[in-house]
Amino acid sequence: MAQKTIRQALHEALAQEMRRDPRVVIMGEDVSGGAGTPGGRDAAGGVLGVTKGLIAEFGEERVIDTPITESAIMGAAAGAAATGLRPVAELMFSDFLGVCFDQIYNQAAKFRYMFGGKARTPLVIRTMIGAGRSAAAQHSQSPYGIFTSVPGLKVVVPSNAYDAKGLLIQAIRDDDPVIFCEHKLMYDLKTKVPDEAYTIPFGEASIVRDGDDVTIVALARMVHYASEAAEKLAREGIDCEIIDPRTTSPLDQDTILDSVARTGRLVVVDEATPRCSMAADIAALVAENAFAALKAPIRRVTAPHTPVPFAPVLEKLYIPNADRISAAVRDVHGYAR
Amino acid sequence: MQQNREALLKAYRDMVTIRRFEERVQDEFSKGHIPGFVHLYAGQEASAVGVCSHLGPEDHIASTHRGHGHSIAKGCDVVGMMLELFAKKGGLCGGKGGSMHIADLGHGMLGANGIVGGGPPLVVGAALTAKTLRTGKVAVSFTGDGGSNQGTTFEAMNMAVVLKLPAIFVFENNGYGEYTGAEYAVGSRDIAGRAAGFGMPAVKVDGDDYFAVHEAMREATERARNDGGPSAIEVNTCRFYGHHSGDAQLYRGKDEVRKLREERDCLRNFRRRVTDARLLEARDLDAVDTEVAALIDQAVAAALAAPPPEPETLMTDVYVSY
Repeated sequence: MAQKTIRQALHEALAQEMRRDPRVVIMGEDVSGGAGTPGGRDAAGGVLGVTKGLIAEFGEERVIDTPITESAIMGAAAGAAATGLRPVAELMFSDFLGVCFDQIYNQAAKFRYMFGGKARTPLVIRTMIGAGRSAAAQHSQSPYGIFTSVPGLKVVVPSNAYDAKGLLIQAIRDDDPVIFCEHKLMYDLKTKVPDEAYTIPFGEASIVRDGDDVTIVALARMVHYASEAAEKLAREGIDCEIIDPRTTSPLDQDTILDSVARTGRLVVVDEATPRCSMAADIAALVAENAFAALKAPIRRVTAPHTPVPFAPVLEKLYIPNADRISAAVRDVHGYAR
Repeated sequence: MQQNREALLKAYRDMVTIRRFEERVQDEFSKGHIPGFVHLYAGQEASAVGVCSHLGPEDHIASTHRGHGHSIAKGCDVVGMMLELFAKKGGLCGGKGGSMHIADLGHGMLGANGIVGGGPPLVVGAALTAKTLRTGKVAVSFTGDGGSNQGTTFEAMNMAVVLKLPAIFVFENNGYGEYTGAEYAVGSRDIAGRAAGFGMPAVKVDGDDYFAVHEAMREATERARNDGGPSAIEVNTCRFYGHHSGDAQLYRGKDEVRKLREERDCLRNFRRRVTDARLLEARDLDAVDTEVAALIDQAVAAALAAPPPEPETLMTDVYVSY
């Protein structure tokens, strides 16, 4: 099986689904790029190249370059999904939800409920998350928690190329609106990815590493920092179990609760800010449902309650890392009542 | 006036149905039978019916807070609508949407909308579906003068022009966005002119005249169905009630509503036009009035008798699967 990057895996998923189903269209800013320019089309393929080349096979009617107009993109995708297309719309940076949230939050997410079950909105919104590029406060956030809090949306947060491909194909075939979060620092990350199309069901966490001492639940890029920490901790005699939920809505609660029932200790690692977050949500889940099993307080390793800073030295302090995860794990492991 | 007798009778029936529906909703709301808020469309009937006279069930519309008229004109079931407003089981949306979210995708009605300016981007999407799948259908956005100031509306118009979509933007200028005059809130005082600035043909029509709306919409629809791209129509109209039922209407002029009802009643205009031209007889129209009155009585009786939604429906229809 070939090693592929997340970028290649996503591209492959899109191309295969577009071949399979003529109702699948891609739309967004510069998804091809170069419209109305002397240089011509396919000048970009998305700012990080995921959709590069698709216009050659599928044409401009299915790889739709839009103006910079996020409300219209999200609303058009929602309206198109409710009337027969299966759009994959790109919200270039998830931070831009600020200019278009109504169309996601009040329109697409609520159609089915408001309309008494008569609507289907098979919409995928691909969007970039994550800090680490000195892109500063408006291009670096990880707002999957905000999307997760909205009934009617599904939220996918993959950590590797295999999951990215299977989850994107599932998202496209899914009949509900799906927010698909791609971490901007992980596009070149490689893993083995089958050539053929396959799906990974939503709401099934992946157990990245088995262990009996401490449960670590980590999301997206944090899965890799958690693995790095777990390697080191294993040499100290602490066996960590790492759970990657893969989707935050639906959330695989059972896998998390089963693990904590065994380990009695939980560290949640989340690159997002800590208030009203996935880390808070998972901590509450465990506190409410596995209180008797807990041998130590739950620890959350997250970004601070600040915007994302620009200066590399500050941004490094902002993002959780393996050392902070290790410290939290040692803390809960050594906790004595 | 090129419409045949059946088409004229249907137009009249739809307009009267909206008027009687809204008058009855006002009554029932006052009696406490309808929870929440209702925004009544009475006075504006010629707009919804003139526009929808060119649409079939597979063409799409998106509506506003003031959505009952658009729903009826698009063919939604009147009894189901009344049940929905009464928050009853069997309502058009199962009692989960209410007046502000009344919708029926089976009739191409993408919903009233609780968000001012929420609909135009959705209509761009419906038009994109029509263009991509080559269905020959069109999508129509109803927006008020209030919604005409929203950024979503501007974005939607620009995108429809850029992608050359079969979309039609109908702006119903009833003179008020909530309790504030369009004279104040629409900077240019020219909604059609602003739409034209986005690069689409835009006209203003007299919304008290069904035939004027019908004719403007005929041109816009033909353009859209023949790959000619989007159009805009500013319909100058008036509302007989407040922004919502129970609005004290302190912003209105003295005798304003009484004068509107006397001088700008699109139903009375229609009746006069078709009887003067001998296209329909007064007795034909009277028969429609009787028929519609019975339908509205039946709808209210059904709504009063129906049970509320089952408690378990609180949890259903959030997702197709989860």
